[in-house]
Amino acid sequence: MSSVSPAESSSVDSAGIHPVVAGAAPGLYRVLADGPGETGGVLAGREVPSDETLLRLYRAMALVRAVDERMITLQRQGRISFYGAATGQEAAVIGSGLALEATDWVVPALREGGIALLRGLSLSDYVNQLFGNGSDIEKGRQMPCHYGHRDVRYVTLSSCIANQLFHAVGISLAARLRGDDTIAVGYMGDGATSEGDFHVAMEFAARLRAPVLLFCQNNQWAISTGVRGQTLAATMAQKAHGYGMDGYRVDGNDVLAVHALTSHVVAEIRRTGRPAFVEALTYRVGAHSTSDDPSRYRDESITERWKERDPLRRLRPLLEARGLWDDARDAAFISDVAERLKAEVQRAEADAPPSIDSLFDDVYAAVPPHLVAQREALRGSTAHLKASSH
Amino acid sequence: MNDVTEGPKATRTLNMVQAIGAALMQAMEGDDRVVVLGEDVGKFGGVFRATLGLYERFGESRVIDTPLSEAGIIGTAIGMALYGLRPVAEIQFADFVYPGFDQIVSELAKYRYRSGGHFTCPVLVRMPYGGGIRGGLYHSQSPEAYFAHTAGLVVAIPSNPHDAKGMLLAALKHDDPVILLEPKRIYRASRGEVPDAPYEVPLGKAAVVRPGRDLTIVAYGAMVSVALDAAATLESEHGRSAEVIDVRTLVPLDLETLAASVNRTGRAVVVHEAPRTCGYGAELVASLQETCFWRLEAPLERVTGLDTPFPHTLEHYYLPDTPRVVSAALRALTA
Ligand SMILES: Cc1ncc(C[n+]2csc(CCOP(=O)(O)OP(=O)(O)O)c2C)c(N)n1
Ligand SMILES: [Mg+2]
Repeated sequence: MSSVSPAESSSVDSAGIHPVVAGAAPGLYRVLADGPGETGGVLAGREVPSDETLLRLYRAMALVRAVDERMITLQRQGRISFYGAATGQEAAVIGSGLALEATDWVVPALREGGIALLRGLSLSDYVNQLFGNGSDIEKGRQMPCHYGHRDVRYVTLSSCIANQLFHAVGISLAARLRGDDTIAVGYMGDGATSEGDFHVAMEFAARLRAPVLLFCQNNQWAISTGVRGQTLAATMAQKAHGYGMDGYRVDGNDVLAVHALTSHVVAEIRRTGRPAFVEALTYRVGAHSTSDDPSRYRDESITERWKERDPLRRLRPLLEARGLWDDARDAAFISDVAERLKAEVQRAEADAPPSIDSLFDDVYAAVPPHLVAQREALRGSTAHLKASSH
Repeated sequence: MNDVTEGPKATRTLNMVQAIGAALMQAMEGDDRVVVLGEDVGKFGGVFRATLGLYERFGESRVIDTPLSEAGIIGTAIGMALYGLRPVAEIQFADFVYPGFDQIVSELAKYRYRSGGHFTCPVLVRMPYGGGIRGGLYHSQSPEAYFAHTAGLVVAIPSNPHDAKGMLLAALKHDDPVILLEPKRIYRASRGEVPDAPYEVPLGKAAVVRPGRDLTIVAYGAMVSVALDAAATLESEHGRSAEVIDVRTLVPLDLETLAASVNRTGRAVVVHEAPRTCGYGAELVASLQETCFWRLEAPLERVTGLDTPFPHTLEHYYLPDTPRVVSAALRALTA
């Protein structure tokens, strides 16, 4: 390895005093045309994946859409306590998720639950987590949308913004140390790029040459704060440059673009063993979560414009033109998902809550004496709560 | 409206968030050094609406929507305070303070000491804290002990709208950094008469919120109303008279008020929702033991959260409630 010190690598600048010019801001990669009347058109020179892949992408996005809609309703009815939807962002979620191998690891933020489903998390496990019932593999400990399952290599979410990015770096380094051809993807929102952890994770990924993809779903909002409230950089992708990492930018509402670009970048990471950063430009068309009303802090006419770029609407004409999808198939798909969801919700809601004893499990590998004592005390002092437990 | 009185002693009925908002409004009106910064505090008025209307009234230079970084919020507030401003830093949930924890414990708490008093940073850090809102692990925690353990920080927790306004205004006159932990579970549930005019509830003073003879219940934050309910039950169902003390300021602690009560009753129950091990209750019990040992009639009792992370579905098992406080009180009374 040749290492050149900064002093050696510097040639004298004869032009005088001026700021360093970074590489040109990367353009937005796009496959599906995006203009009035252009839905379904494919840009010249872009490849279209196989029919099978097209269908997988579409169905997976439609599933996310349907699940999110149902769950938002359940939350409004007070049947689950919270929900953070990916509405409008399905292309960024599914397009990137489908570009990964089953052996790769996903380290998610709030809006990647669709990737857990895509990787094989069962709808039952998904719904149980939302209800935090006795069958929930997390034992009812976390708020809804904090999925995780080792079998599908989808790491359990914490609510803390940006913390997880290091874990993706570490996982990818460990995989390489073990000789595995496994990469990790750390997801984040645009807001997360303001946390110190984001910047240090970028530094570590680049400096330690981690085979990691750091993937930013720039939905242009962090609760009420627009992306210009986070950064004055023209793009998120160009931040990568400052860390000596490749940054890419993709139309996050174009699932073919996200899928193609992520597949390319992931292959590069495997080939070179170096990290990369992807910014998927999209828009949070809904509320941040079920606890806010966006019309209080933003111009919803802009949201309407983004709704016209809806990722499902943009892909569907292509599928129809190829005879892969039509209204009848759509209706059948929607009603099938609705029925499965209805059954899962009914079952999950009727399920017993986690046991009181389970509160004390998993704090440590074994329950230590002080927690044994607290467990005994709680068993004796909560008879009055049994009736009110849900 | 019948809940508004007129004249110099005018009051109105407010909930705790409204009282905090009113205090911030008055503080900013009365002192142009007061600035507010945090995530979503501007146009949106904060996720709990505590800063509602400030942005419209004072503009973006004094009501600052920051990028999403707690280290940035606290660290920048420290710089502003060093220069002479009176920053109010909002941390959206106490659970998310940790990226800014280094700035609090290494910088905010230590500037005065390390500079021999040359540099001080009277920042007010406000954070909603505590459980009972179905927030799970990361929207429920009670981190007061971390701050109480750090020399140089004043740590205060109001339990009602009146104190929230008065303590906030007192904090903005105080020369030291103040960590104001706001029990979000009762942000709206706790309503009461709040004077319109500015006033201060002094930091470092506990309040006897219900006088009693047989036993002392010590609590703060959302646990004060649990303690009051327990006292009512003890009276109505067991014929025992419990005194309830609201600690209000954890550091510096008003041990005098606490000890006066416990020396009289000889029995005490300490209640908090934070975990038990090294929780603030341990400090309370140790201090009361040192001060009141010869007058104690029974072991001092603690009713606390569990030494586990904060759960979601079973949070009502985690949180101390009235029956648990009553049982502890009966144990102390019959020992
Ligand atoms: C460390 C931390 N600070 C604050 C919060 C509160 N919070 C939850 S989501 C959110 C905005 C996140 O925005 P972004 O990263 O863009 O993700 P998005 O919600 O848009 O997917 C904030 C501030 C948090 N969860 N963690
Ligand atoms: Mg965002």
